[in-house]
Amino acid sequence: MRLSLAPPSDSAERKSLYKRLVEATILYAILFFFALLVGIPFLYMLTGSFKTNGQLFSWPVNLLAPEPTLNNYERLLSGEEIPYLQQMGNSVIIAVSQSALTLLFASMVGWGFAKYEFRGKTFLTIFLLFTFAIPFQVTLVPLFQMIVRLGLLDSFLGVILPSSVSAFGAFFMRQAMVSIPGELLDAGRIDGASEWGLFWRIGIPLSRGALSILCVLVFLAAWNDYLWPLIVLRTPEKFTYPVGLATLKGLYKVEYGMILGGAFIATLPIVLIFVAGRNQILDNLTIGAVKQ
Amino acid sequence: MFGRGRKIAPYLFISPFFVGYAIFFLYPVIQSLQLSFYRQVGLGKAPRFIGFDNYIRLVSKDDLFIKSLTNTTYYALGSILIIVPLALILALILHSPKLRFREFFRFLYFTPNITAGVVVGIIFNLVFEEQYGLINNLLLAPLGVDNVRWLREARWIMPAIIILGAWKWTGINAIYFMVGLQNIPPELKEAARVDGATRPQVFRHVTLPLLRPILAFVLTIAIIGSYNLFAEPTILVGLEGGPNNAGMTMTMYLYTRGFRELKMGYASAIGYSLAVIILVLSLVQLILIRAFRED
Repeated sequence: MRLSLAPPSDSAERKSLYKRLVEATILYAILFFFALLVGIPFLYMLTGSFKTNGQLFSWPVNLLAPEPTLNNYERLLSGEEIPYLQQMGNSVIIAVSQSALTLLFASMVGWGFAKYEFRGKTFLTIFLLFTFAIPFQVTLVPLFQMIVRLGLLDSFLGVILPSSVSAFGAFFMRQAMVSIPGELLDAGRIDGASEWGLFWRIGIPLSRGALSILCVLVFLAAWNDYLWPLIVLRTPEKFTYPVGLATLKGLYKVEYGMILGGAFIATLPIVLIFVAGRNQILDNLTIGAVKQ
Repeated sequence: MFGRGRKIAPYLFISPFFVGYAIFFLYPVIQSLQLSFYRQVGLGKAPRFIGFDNYIRLVSKDDLFIKSLTNTTYYALGSILIIVPLALILALILHSPKLRFREFFRFLYFTPNITAGVVVGIIFNLVFEEQYGLINNLLLAPLGVDNVRWLREARWIMPAIIILGAWKWTGINAIYFMVGLQNIPPELKEAARVDGATRPQVFRHVTLPLLRPILAFVLTIAIIGSYNLFAEPTILVGLEGGPNNAGMTMTMYLYTRGFRELKMGYASAIGYSLAVIILVLSLVQLILIRAFRED
């Protein structure tokens, strides 16, 4: 599928220019059609958050909000139904802590595997690869019992800790760190650096790119997670925002504009982070999965 | 902290991860297997050994389990059949040289994937609304199709969830395919063209075979993702899965038995069944992709 529109030199070329123009039009039409399919539900979420229930459920469907009202946001943020601001704050605390812990564990174990030879290394690698294939649903019940026994039910730690050891993160960081030249480390050792110093001053700075991608992926997973926080958290003041939004939808009188407002302000920061780092993130999504 | 020992250092580096892995993953995995042979209802109750009873009941007496298994498999097949060809077409278009606004389209198609499942569920409640919904009014009404009772009629619930899945996952799979296309050396296609192959032939005999590793990756992720499905259907039609439990997935069923009814042993057996299914499907898929290598 080529779209090159080189200038024509003779009649035969002109005919193929016509063909190319038609082809290009069709291709752009397809792309545009899918852009609408993806974009319109988002647009409807945004405009719907400025509508009353009556305007939202009326005919004909209006994608815009001709008479916008801020009432939904005022009532949502005032906390009269659920403490939504606090719930978003909880999500921030949980997602940030989980990212920090995951990055620390993953970069340390990745460094150990990438830069050292030790007894049991091959065994541990294969072992990790095999257990990696076990789906998390298997662990839910015993994890829940463990959280209860440790007294971590309805606490942030109960949400954060089990999700902070990521086998994917370990492999990801090992792949990123394996290419750091060993001579650099030997030079550091001659200068008297400790092994920890080598990791902290050479390993971490040289794998900043991989760390930032892993950070975004872990943050995103934690920010959007619903199942595990739903199991661990029990009081509205502790809920993360997805659990809060779900309770809002289950209320006796469903206030749809309010729910859409909550959905929108929770999605916006994520989209902004991705707009800022889109190329690096999108280009590297398949690291470790596809590139060997 | 790590002083002299180049011998001990690696163990110190890997131990925080592996200690955490042992506590929060390996132990639960083993504990769950054990628990699946016991009957335990409620926290703090003494578990009673019942052998394979949980598994036997799941397969022979539990209609809802079979229902959730069928639903989830329906979703997996349906969404893969829609997502994979669509994503491949989009990737081929996005891969064409001199395309303008490539980054814009790529990013836009990707955004549903970074949106929380709960948020997607909330949005699609409005998309599938019977009287005032987007699909019935904007897509079907112009074609003269009567309102479809998407979330109220059992037979339409799974198609609705599949459409939601396609909306959420097609974009990222298109990006995976784009990576695959970028990794194909252009000389290969040019050589085939010089030898007189038409464009469809090049696609069929050069591009497609070389995309096989990416296809295997995409299918594996899709299978795992299907059996993980929880937030979107729960928000869309409720934990029971709507009329006739038509939208109940296996993870929703596990949650209901394990965390609503606190049937710990039974839920563990569901978890292990799920693990076996995912493993078998992933292997079958890999073998099939290998089998098509020499065709």
